[in-house]
Parts: sequence; C-alpha cells; structure tokens
Amino acid sequence: MSRLRLKILGSAIALLALPFLTHALLGQGWVRILDFALLYVLLALGLNIVVGYAGLLDLGYVAFFAVGAYCYALLASPHFEVHWPLWALLPAGALLAASFGVLLGTPTLGLRGDYLAIVTLGFGEIIRIFLNNLNTPVNITNGPQGIGLIDPLRIGPWSLGETLHMGGLEIPMVMNVYFLFLAGVLLAIGLSRRLERSRIGRAWAAIREDEIAAASMGLNTRNLKLLAFAMGASFGGLSGGLFAGFQGFVSPESFTLQESVMVLCMVVLGGMGNIAGVVLGAVLLSVLPEALRGIGGLQELLLGRVWVDPSNLRLLLFGLALVLMMLLRPEGLLPARARQRELHHG
Amino acid sequence: MDIFLQQLVNGLTLGSIYALVALGYTMVYGIMELINFAHGDVVMVGALAGLSVIAFLVGQGWPAFWAVTAGVLLALAACMLLGWGIERVAYRPLRKAPKLAPLITAIGLSIVLQQVSALLWGRGYLSFPAILPTTSLSWNGVILTGIQAVIIVLALLLMAGLLVLVQRTSLGRAMRATAQNPAVAQLMGVNTDRIIALTFVLGSALAAVAGVMVVAYYNVGHYTMGFMLGLKAFTAAVLGGIGNLAGAVLGGLLLGVVEAMGAGYIGDLTGGYFGSNYKDVFAFLVLIAVLVLHPNGLLGRRAREKV
Amino acid sequence: MGREQEAEKPVPLLEAHGIGKRFGGLRALHEVSLTLDAGSITGLIGPNGAGKTTFFNVLTGIYPPDAGTVRFAGSALPVGEPHRVAKTGIARTFQNIRLFPNMTVLENVMVGRHVRTRAGVLGALFQTRATREEEQAIAHAAQGLLDYVGIAAHAHRVAGTLSYGDQRRLEIARALATEPRLLALDEPAAGMNAAERGALGGLVRRIREDGTAVLLIEHDVKWVASLCDRITVLDYGERIAEGEPRHVLNDPAVVAAYLGQGAA
Repeated sequence: MSRLRLKILGSAIALLALPFLTHALLGQGWVRILDFALLYVLLALGLNIVVGYAGLLDLGYVAFFAVGAYCYALLASPHFEVHWPLWALLPAGALLAASFGVLLGTPTLGLRGDYLAIVTLGFGEIIRIFLNNLNTPVNITNGPQGIGLIDPLRIGPWSLGETLHMGGLEIPMVMNVYFLFLAGVLLAIGLSRRLERSRIGRAWAAIREDEIAAASMGLNTRNLKLLAFAMGASFGGLSGGLFAGFQGFVSPESFTLQESVMVLCMVVLGGMGNIAGVVLGAVLLSVLPEALRGIGGLQELLLGRVWVDPSNLRLLLFGLALVLMMLLRPEGLLPARARQRELHHG
Repeated sequence: MDIFLQQLVNGLTLGSIYALVALGYTMVYGIMELINFAHGDVVMVGALAGLSVIAFLVGQGWPAFWAVTAGVLLALAACMLLGWGIERVAYRPLRKAPKLAPLITAIGLSIVLQQVSALLWGRGYLSFPAILPTTSLSWNGVILTGIQAVIIVLALLLMAGLLVLVQRTSLGRAMRATAQNPAVAQLMGVNTDRIIALTFVLGSALAAVAGVMVVAYYNVGHYTMGFMLGLKAFTAAVLGGIGNLAGAVLGGLLLGVVEAMGAGYIGDLTGGYFGSNYKDVFAFLVLIAVLVLHPNGLLGRRAREKV
Repeated sequence: MGREQEAEKPVPLLEAHGIGKRFGGLRALHEVSLTLDAGSITGLIGPNGAGKTTFFNVLTGIYPPDAGTVRFAGSALPVGEPHRVAKTGIARTFQNIRLFPNMTVLENVMVGRHVRTRAGVLGALFQTRATREEEQAIAHAAQGLLDYVGIAAHAHRVAGTLSYGDQRRLEIARALATEPRLLALDEPAAGMNAAERGALGGLVRRIREDGTAVLLIEHDVKWVASLCDRITVLDYGERIAEGEPRHVLNDPAVVAAYLGQGAA
C-alpha cells in the first residue's frame, strides 16, 4: 500500500472515529461543537473561493449563509405549510444564494477592491434589515422572532433529528448530523481542489495577480469574478440550509457582520487560497472559543469575579489575531505557495 | 411642505455630522488610497469618551458649558492619540503590502476598538445627561433646536478651517504634494511619514467632535455605534468623490438630507407598507447607485491606473 | 475592375483612423492614423511622451478613445474591452513587464490559452474527459511556446524570479498563446544589450514568418530600422511621419523631433 493510500485510510478512520471518541471523552455537547466546526469549514471553503482564489474581499459573506438558511426555513416549516424534501432544499438554497451573489456582483464587480469590500459589507447589513422587517405587510420572514419548528434534516426514511437505531447501534442526532456535514465538507473540498487546478482557477489567480494583464490576455475579468462570487455564495447557501435543518430555528440574529468577520478570520488565519489552511483556520476558530468559555469560571476562581466577559474576549482576540497575522505572518498558518510569495513581495 | 422643511433641517444636522466623519475617510484615502475601516470606531471612542467625561463632570456639579467643553477636549485628545497610534502600528508597516493586507488589518482594528470599548464602558447603552438647553427656534411649524444649530454651525466652522489649512498653509501644501506623489514629495524634502501621521490625527480630531455631536444629538451612545455611522460617512465620501474634501462635505450634507427625506416619506410613498425602519437601507442604495453609475462621485476626478 | 483591385491590394490587417485621446487638459493623441498589413513588422517610434503607449492602450481596449475608429481584419474593433480585443486577435506586452509574477512560467503561458479554450466550471467539477484532454493540450501548447521563445528550461520556475530578458520573452510567449494575428510589443528591447537585441530581432522575424504581424514600440532607431517594413513616428500625440524606414528617418520633421529645435 502506498504512503498516500495509508494516509487517506488513516484520515478516514480518524474522521469516522472522531465523534465517537469525542462523545465518550467530552460528552454530547462537544460533538455538537464539532458539527458547528464542520459548518464553519464549509463556509470558510466558500469564502476562500472568493477571497483566496479570486482575491475579492467580501465582507458580507454571511448574507449568503442567511439566504440558504431562510430558504430552507421557509420551504420546510409550518410557516408557509410547505415541506420540501432535503434533496431539493439544499440545492435550492445553494442556487438561490448563487443568484443573490450574481445579483450583487453584477453591478459591483467592476469596482476596485476596496469599494467592493464596502458594498458587500452594506449588502450583508441590508439582508439583515430585510429579514428583520419583512414581516409586514406580508409576513415572509416573521421578523425578529425568526422561524421555528423547521423540519429536521431527513434522508429517505431516516430523520437525522432523532436517535437512529442501526442494527443494535444507537447513533444520536448530533452524530448523524456530523456524518452528513462531513460529507458536505468532503464534497466542498473536492470541488475546491478541482476548481483551483482548472482553467477557471488559473484565470482567477491571474486576475488576482494583475487584472489589467489578465484582461489583455483575453480573460473576461468581470464574468470570472462573478463566477467566483456565485460559487462562493453557493457554498454559503448550502451551509445555511444545513444550519437551518440542524438548529430547527433561524432568526436574523444569527447573521450579523460578526459572523462574516469570523469566517474571514478563518480564511485569513488559516491561509488564503490553501484548502488545508482554511480548514485548519475554521476548525481552530470554531473550537477555541468554546474552550475559552471556561475562562469566565477560571477568572472567578483566580480573581474572585469575572473581569473580562468571555464573549468580549473572544472577539477581542479575533480582532487582534487579524491585525497580528497581517503584520507578522500575512500568508496564514498554512499558506498557499503563490499567496505566500504575493504577500511578501507584493 | 412643513414635513419637507423639517426633514431638511434634520437632514442638514445629520449631514453635518456625516460630513465631518467623511472628511476623515477622504483625507486618508486621498493621501494613501486606503479605506480606514476603523475610522467609524474612532468616532465611537470619541463619543463614549466625551459622554462619560461630561456625565462625570456634570455629576460633580460643573456647569453644562464647561463640562461639554472639557468633554470635547478630552475626546479630541483621545481620538488624536488613537489615530496616530493606528497609523503607526497597523498601517505604516503595510504601506508596500498588497491592498488586501491593510484592509484586513483595518477590520481587525475595528473589532479591537469595539471590544476594548465594550470592556471600558460596558455593553449597555449609555445615556447623555440632560443638560443641554432645550431652547429652539420655530418658524411656520418648522423647529430648529439649539443643539441642531450648534451642530450645523460648528461643523461648518471646522470644515472651513480644514479647507483653509489644506489650501493655504505650507502643511496643507505638503499634504497635497504627498497625495499627488509621495515619492516626489519626499525627494522635495517633505517628511511624508509625518504628513501621513498628521492626516490621521487631523481626521481623528474631526471624528472626535463628530462623536460628541452624535451622542449629544441622540442622547445615547453604544460601543457598536461607529459601524453604521462609519459606513454612512464612507458612503458620503464616495458620493462626493473620495479623496476630495469639498466632495466629502457635499456628500455628507446630501446623504443626511436624502436619509431624512427617505425616512420622512417612505411610509407615504409605499402606502404605509414600508416604515422608517428601512432608513439605513437608503445609504446603501445611494452608495451602490453612485458606485455603479458614477464611481468618481460628484466632485471626484477620474482616477486612472498607470499602464 | 473594383474586384481586381481588391485582389491586388488586400484589406489591411489594422486600420486605425483619426484616433484622439485626452487626459484632462493633456492632448495625448490627436488625429493619429496607422495602417498595417498582415505579415508585416511595423515600428512605432517617437520621443518620450509622444503618445506611443497611449496608442497601444487605446488599440488594446484599455482606454476608450475620444475620437476615431479602429478596424481590424475588416471589421470594427471592440472599444474599451481588452478581453474582446484579445479574442479578436490582438495580443500585447507591456512597457513595464506585467507578468503574473507569483505563478510559474508555464502557468503564465497557460493563462494565455484561456481565450482559445472553453472548459467551464462543470467540466472542472466533474473532470470530464473533454476537460482533461483540453487541459493537457493547454499545457502542451504552453510548453511548445516556451520552447519557441527559448525559455523552456525555466517552465516550472516562478515567473517573477526570471532574469529581465527572460521575463520579456515570457511575456511574448504568453501573448502568442492567445493566437494573435497582430502582436503588439511595447518596448520589447528596453534594457537589453546588443547581443540580446539581436536575438530578440531574430525572434520577432520568426514570429512574422510564422504568420503573425508585429507592431512594436522602440527607442533604438537603428534596431527598429533594421527590423521594420514600415515606421510611424509620433510626436506630441500627432503623427509626423510614416513610411519605409530609410525615408522616415531622413525626414526633417523626424530629425527635428528627435534632436530638438536647436539642431533642426
């Protein structure tokens, strides 16, 4: 057996065993944290297409997550009394998010990079304002209360929302979801890799490096950027759908600028343009804050009271991490080769 | 007509504040082609610093005028120091880096400023002490409050002062030279590092005053207030033509008026379907429309990339 | 009668007529016309600031002109859209080399093949047979072009690390990858010594022999004269002379432009 095969086999076993180990050692709560980590990996991989491959700074990425989540929520809940099956819901969310990406990108992708950042930031906020207010005159989003009682993720006869009995084996909900999300992540990784190494991926890299030269070589830069935007958005939409089905509840509160920034942090910290780096960044930043939750208790223990609110501290550390990474190691923890060169030599 | 005039007054007040903040964006952009994302949060720091000092001094029995003066002065000091530090620590090392790097640093800084402020001032809403005189002028049902008048007049004075500084002094000349071509300016003996730092400090000073104006006008401050305000001021700067001082002023006033009018009329225009809770959407619609239709803004010159 | 005349004198490959371009108060180009035939090498010369690069930028769609028309191979050339110009068959290099510096040498040329290939997202995602074959063909063609310009040995190096002369060659290979009918070279010999210039001249001639017309901007008048069939001279944004090298270079207006008023 070749070393590569051994490596793949090893990773597969580790990934399959991980939730069981986590469950046994840390309890069900931590399996849930793993589930969320996988969702973040999916989001980060999507944003990586936009920021890492095409070099477009999108600060409103959470909007596409929101579109996917609300798409699922509206089409599979008592709110409209519609109950679509999963195989239709997820693609619908991904497609809708991609269309929103095209809608936003069409007028704005001709703009210079920093303008694009601001416009996407604004777009993220607009979506949230609409989600919050589209309960009148016709109640579409149910406003700030959000939408509840969303159908759980269901594949054929199996509802992943409850404990499954498989030949004597009991698999609780958080683990079912883990395997579904893992499948989604693996799919996204495969797609990212293929895109990166394709004619399209090469064109994105060229645009990122020198847009004028790229256009002069016959690259339709606007359409190619639009494509990156739409592809990234579709990943966001997909993870939004999974999120809605997992939580059973969505509200505008889940889709703030903070989430966009968090996903951006994951991409930047891990290493823009490098799949392994992005995955690492997403896992680190989604698991670490959970570990930081303990800090409140630790402070009480050591200092007698909670001096620094853990959620403050978490964001503060993210902000500092962004600044320090850019100053000290702009290529991220696991950099892409080309990106490393770009960031060090301009 | 009454509504129209009243919203015009409200819009001009708001617009004066936007203009002051927009000047900070536009000055920094003009000189180093960087959108200082953290600028909105500098405004917030000025606002909260001013507010807390004023509240404290009023509690100590200071008269309103002196408390406010002291508050503004302290906000000024805090923001100018902050602006200087931000440039020094976060932007100067990245001047030669690709565009994405300083943008990301700026976002990081913005988060840091917000969270540090949340730690300092708490996560709740802070209220501005009710010390300001409530006198107002009324004309045919249109009301101009004392604070509105003070905001508009003070903002205009500051903007005029800035224009004089940039157009008429040697410091201003050095700034303009650096904006045109930093390398050449340096060869001609301009200390461009110092000029860039000064630009940040000046912009932050305007931000401090704008911050105190906002909390005094709305009677409330919060550690996240800089985000929306900054976004709108940036919109104003783009609307006027980013990099252009007069453009920032024009864009700020215009955006304030558009927003006030929008908030005042949206209910009527849509038959009551949409309320003024959509007012924040206006700024973005304006921003996107300007960027798409006329990206150089109202007064901006055509930017041309060297090929 | 008309038909016979057409057969004798084919439509020129490029006909730029009355091109004008202003930047604010500066008149960068005024009433500039330039015609060149398929299979020719044409020089565009003139003092610094004469408008040569601006003319290139208008021609290749980077700036839209304020006045004038450009016809290419008998039809109107797209205006202000570089990617469509490239697709129509004009490829260029840049005065200040603009490679994709952090991609490999081979990848740079492969990007040039983009406009003549078609694999899309779906093909890439499903790795269809057509996509894989096309990708191989792209790499093969790119490698061939590196060989053609003489830098095949560096295929897997990072483009930005090449020597100056090799970067210029790479830019030419990348432009040729788009299968142009007209190759526009902006100061291809700048910074080269006599031996390198000689070699570059050989390459340019070969490109012409292989069927691609060449339009080049250059300062070295002797080198241009030895290489070009025809020369156009610009000064202060206007065309002051056009014709065969030996006539043009003896034109008093050209001599005056190059030597300044005092010597004229």
